[in-house]
Amino acid sequence: MKLSGSEIIIECLKKEGVEFIFGYPGGAVLHIYDALFNAKKIKHVLARHEQGATHAADGYARACGKPGVVLVTSGPGITNCVTGLATAHMDSIPMIVISGQVSRQYVGSDAFQEADATGITRPVTKHNFLVDSRESIAEVFKKAFIIATTGRPGPVLIDIPKDLTDPNIKIEFDYPKKVKIRSYKPVLSESEDKINKAAKLLCSAKKPMIYTGGGIILGNAYKELNKLVKSLNYPITNTLMGLGGFPSTDDQFLGMLGMHGTYEANMAMHDCDVLLAVGARFDDRVTGDTSKFCPSAKIIHVDIDPSSISKIIEVDLSLVGETSKILKSLNKAITPHLSKINKTSLKKWWKIINKWRSKNCLSYKKSNKIIKPQSVIETLYDVTKGKAFVTSDVGQHQMWAAQYYKFDKPNRWINSGGLGTMGFGLPAAMGAQLAFPKSQVVCVTGEASIVMCIQELATCLQYRLPIKVINLNNRYMGMVRQWQEFFYEGRYAMSYMETIPDFVQLANSFGHIGIKIEKPSELKDKLSEAMNMKDRLVFVDVITDQEENVYPMIKSGQAHNEMHLSPTSEDTELA
Amino acid sequence: MEERRHIISLLVENEFGSLSRIAGLFSARGYNIHCLNVAPTNDQSISRMTLVTLCNDQKISQLMKQLDKLVDVVNVRDLTEETHIEREMLLMKLKCSKTQRDEVKRLTDIFRARIIDVTDTTYTIELTGATEKILAFINSMGKIKIIEMVRSGALGISRGIDSLENIK
Repeated sequence: MKLSGSEIIIECLKKEGVEFIFGYPGGAVLHIYDALFNAKKIKHVLARHEQGATHAADGYARACGKPGVVLVTSGPGITNCVTGLATAHMDSIPMIVISGQVSRQYVGSDAFQEADATGITRPVTKHNFLVDSRESIAEVFKKAFIIATTGRPGPVLIDIPKDLTDPNIKIEFDYPKKVKIRSYKPVLSESEDKINKAAKLLCSAKKPMIYTGGGIILGNAYKELNKLVKSLNYPITNTLMGLGGFPSTDDQFLGMLGMHGTYEANMAMHDCDVLLAVGARFDDRVTGDTSKFCPSAKIIHVDIDPSSISKIIEVDLSLVGETSKILKSLNKAITPHLSKINKTSLKKWWKIINKWRSKNCLSYKKSNKIIKPQSVIETLYDVTKGKAFVTSDVGQHQMWAAQYYKFDKPNRWINSGGLGTMGFGLPAAMGAQLAFPKSQVVCVTGEASIVMCIQELATCLQYRLPIKVINLNNRYMGMVRQWQEFFYEGRYAMSYMETIPDFVQLANSFGHIGIKIEKPSELKDKLSEAMNMKDRLVFVDVITDQEENVYPMIKSGQAHNEMHLSPTSEDTELA
Repeated sequence: MEERRHIISLLVENEFGSLSRIAGLFSARGYNIHCLNVAPTNDQSISRMTLVTLCNDQKISQLMKQLDKLVDVVNVRDLTEETHIEREMLLMKLKCSKTQRDEVKRLTDIFRARIIDVTDTTYTIELTGATEKILAFINSMGKIKIIEMVRSGALGISRGIDSLENIK
């Protein structure tokens, strides 16, 4: 079969089973768009900004596990993708970004819309390619998909000069079934000996703790994890990225840990004697002061990335490989040791944990005059019966969504955990909604974040995406304001916006429905009303308490047992 | 933790961007590359790189893992951890007056260097050896004016049959 470079690209994507391309056309990719015009199997989603396209592809990947595909032009097209690539890279999300480049004869000449795409994106991609011949296109695509989806996943960029996509030059096309990358061999499983050691150590614990992250979700390991946690009867906590990896409504779940984690999760981390970390990377928002992290624990770390081991915290035993495989082996290996678990100690440990739990650290002052942001998430949970895909932007609303929406299934909680990208929520919701057209997709956001990618409301109308946007509107950049209250004596430098759009009108002007909620009494009814409009995007602008803070909080540089609790809890300062 | 000198050997895909990826890995973490040498091996599709850096133990183990993680890196080893041979080459152009010529020739012989270019007023000298020897030679020049010099940076290879080319 003889095909042009552009046709080869489309064929490669078809062979990889790509359903959607998120993109934005421009000069350097016009040949590819022309080839795409006739491609029936692949649907192109026209974003309104390349950043939106990347976040949408990212949201799609996070929701369904398949790599998100992006197509953009050279120069500003690809530079606009940098934030989206960095977001995906930090959270290990599989993504393929195809960018046009000026024709080879102009590369390096400061041509119109020329940018060094591979140079700019090198630190924010797992790998990138500058294609240098028509003949290598197919092989590069094959490699790109392998690299993006195997090992620790991540975004891969393919930069293609325009002349290679010329419709008039055709070459023989054959998509390679296999391709060898001698320098790329992710470690998949660990030695039996080490697994047995881990099993033994795990079962010798008197005060055990399990801490899991995004690696459970990316590695499809939630079933194995559930089995392990259930057979051990140990307490478990999830990172922000790991929520949904273990059912939040389960009794063994202690809530999220870290800076805004629960009292019980953080205290159990601090006091445990054996810690099992799976698919988590000891992020600074999780560990707090690393010198005081789990001071009396032996640590077992399971991760697919060898460079994650002992990067931040020196661990006692490392198991490198796919989380699902390792947990499966671990489940087998613990069987002979289960009877050796000290039941009395474990019972005592649960008693201590339940005492911590009784502090009710997520309680907050209720009000019938002003809407408390926490109550919005709780009501949202009720109204959606906990079944929605929830995306978020970054800030206070993100933490409240993580704390109060109890995720029971993986892939339902979609947020920019590592990079903390404001503007992520709405486009990510588009990707999730396209992946699951019949499911309820909600974007929890704030009035500052939502404006950063607000243009995507137009995309939502074009593709009739019935997303529900829940805007926690406190007229502040809430998290910035909170830090300024705590650490800058209340000097609210630039965290207040004097001009905020009328979001109802704004939603209307984009062809959507806008609802404003101002009274606590109407919260539940109006949220239900919004959720019931199954075929429309509804923008729900919720006017919330302006100065509510996120609690508990571990201030930077403090330890897990030095949390600050909400003023409503029995004692605010602990330790 | 104390910083030590590490000599790292890498086999990388001979492709554009490979060097930049490795250099970027160091610069992004604020690590300095003391010296670096790259050239293709007997297999033209692979380049061998020798790199010297100052690092403490914790940093070096993280750095080795990060280097290994790069898709273009075929194999990587810290030669400091094993018995190995190191060589460096120096090309040095000296301003030599008539009265200095004998002295320079003598030093050249002592260090087993070679004079490879001569003019009325200059000598250009080639010297190969371990870094210490190169430094000692440079220091021995005393008042003799060095017009310019170039060093290859360290090259390293392990002793015995062991090889970095035994691709994983």
